[in-house]
Amino acid sequence: MADKMKVKITVNGTLYEREVEPRLLLSDFIRHDLGLTGTHVGCEHGLCGACTVLMNGEAVRSCILFTVMADGADIKTVESLGTMEKMHPIQEAFQEKHALQCGFCTPGFLMTTVEYLGKNPNPTAEEAREAIDGNFCRCTGYENIVEAVQLAAKKMAAHEQ
Amino acid sequence: MKPAPFDYFAPTSLEEALEKLTDLGYSGKVLAGGQSLIPAMNFRMARPAALVDLNKVTELSYIKPTQDGGLAIGTMTRDSAIEDSEVVKRLFPIIAEVMPNIAHKQIRNRGTFGGAVAHADPAAQIPALSLLLDAKMKIQSKKGDRWVDAQDFFMGPFMTVLEPEDLLTEVLLPGLVPGTGTSYKQISRQRGGYAQAAAISKVVMDGIKVKDVRVVLFSVAETPVLTKEPVRVLVGQVPTTEAIEAVAEYVAQNECDPGTDIHGTAEYRRNLVRVLVRRSLTEAVERARK
Repeated sequence: MADKMKVKITVNGTLYEREVEPRLLLSDFIRHDLGLTGTHVGCEHGLCGACTVLMNGEAVRSCILFTVMADGADIKTVESLGTMEKMHPIQEAFQEKHALQCGFCTPGFLMTTVEYLGKNPNPTAEEAREAIDGNFCRCTGYENIVEAVQLAAKKMAAHEQ
Repeated sequence: MKPAPFDYFAPTSLEEALEKLTDLGYSGKVLAGGQSLIPAMNFRMARPAALVDLNKVTELSYIKPTQDGGLAIGTMTRDSAIEDSEVVKRLFPIIAEVMPNIAHKQIRNRGTFGGAVAHADPAAQIPALSLLLDAKMKIQSKKGDRWVDAQDFFMGPFMTVLEPEDLLTEVLLPGLVPGTGTSYKQISRQRGGYAQAAAISKVVMDGIKVKDVRVVLFSVAETPVLTKEPVRVLVGQVPTTEAIEAVAEYVAQNECDPGTDIHGTAEYRRNLVRVLVRRSLTEAVERARK
């Protein structure tokens, strides 16, 4: 058994200092060690995108990163977005456009969209479709999700004014 | 779906990384972006005894223009950094054209240029690009440094000339001749999916005739393929529609060895090669004429 390693990782603004096995996946660290179960694990080999989180502001798949690789990093999960009372504009847009059915893939889509809209505030439908090409949805289909990404962009632009 | 245990080392300098790789020998494996290695470890198809993680070796991440109009790319440079780089777009528009086809943004945010070269996946874009652009691979170890041409670097599927104590530290891309036209064509089942077949072309024109041409295929053989027929037939000639079609047909029949799998038969892939070589060569010629 490999020795445990000390890591310092900031997740949603809280600094956690933990000892972890090198083989612990970042997705499992987030869910099991920190109890933040909003991040979902679908395929666990980097295909489905359900486990997408932000690492230093960039969308990454947490199931194909070791926790030790995130030592010193700033991680944001879906829990960082909004509350039941006050949702994030992207969450509002997903709700309004019915962009989810079972909701399993949704945290990944939301976190992917956070990074994307930060860099591309006004996407066309085609661009929105490309932006989410790394996330699978197995029930609602993608039409409403594409619309939600575009609506989220409008909401966020209105927010900033 | 959980990796087997392994020893983990995270050096913070190149010197330290080379030291560790020498110490570990065959039990050591380099971890770059991890976007291919970690899935393989999750499946336990790969079970390295020890990993040397380069993510804290910041000196290996850079895009530096060289004097001949080329680029030196540090092995740990993220794919997304290359995709977003203005200097890459200006000097190597073909790289900017290819990058968005590599998996998905979440993968490109972590995956590295040098990691993809060293991984040598026969279905991957970056090894093929390095072959097209005549890249020089800088390989360092405790024993010393050496340079290997892309043509001599890839030995087979996931196999390169790298020894266990070696580290690919830089990919050097010689500058393109002014007026070079390039084009990338691939067919995949979905955006970001593996290409079933792909062709990348690079053409330099001298008036109405071809001065230089290179066509690289991938996903249709055990390594990326630097084809021979286009050079043999097209250099010094006017690249007519008929000439390009004949070259594409020859390449598809004789210069690739595609396999059959659930996504397509070997015959289908050969046909894709014919079509993609024709399209990419035609577009590269058009772009070279501008």
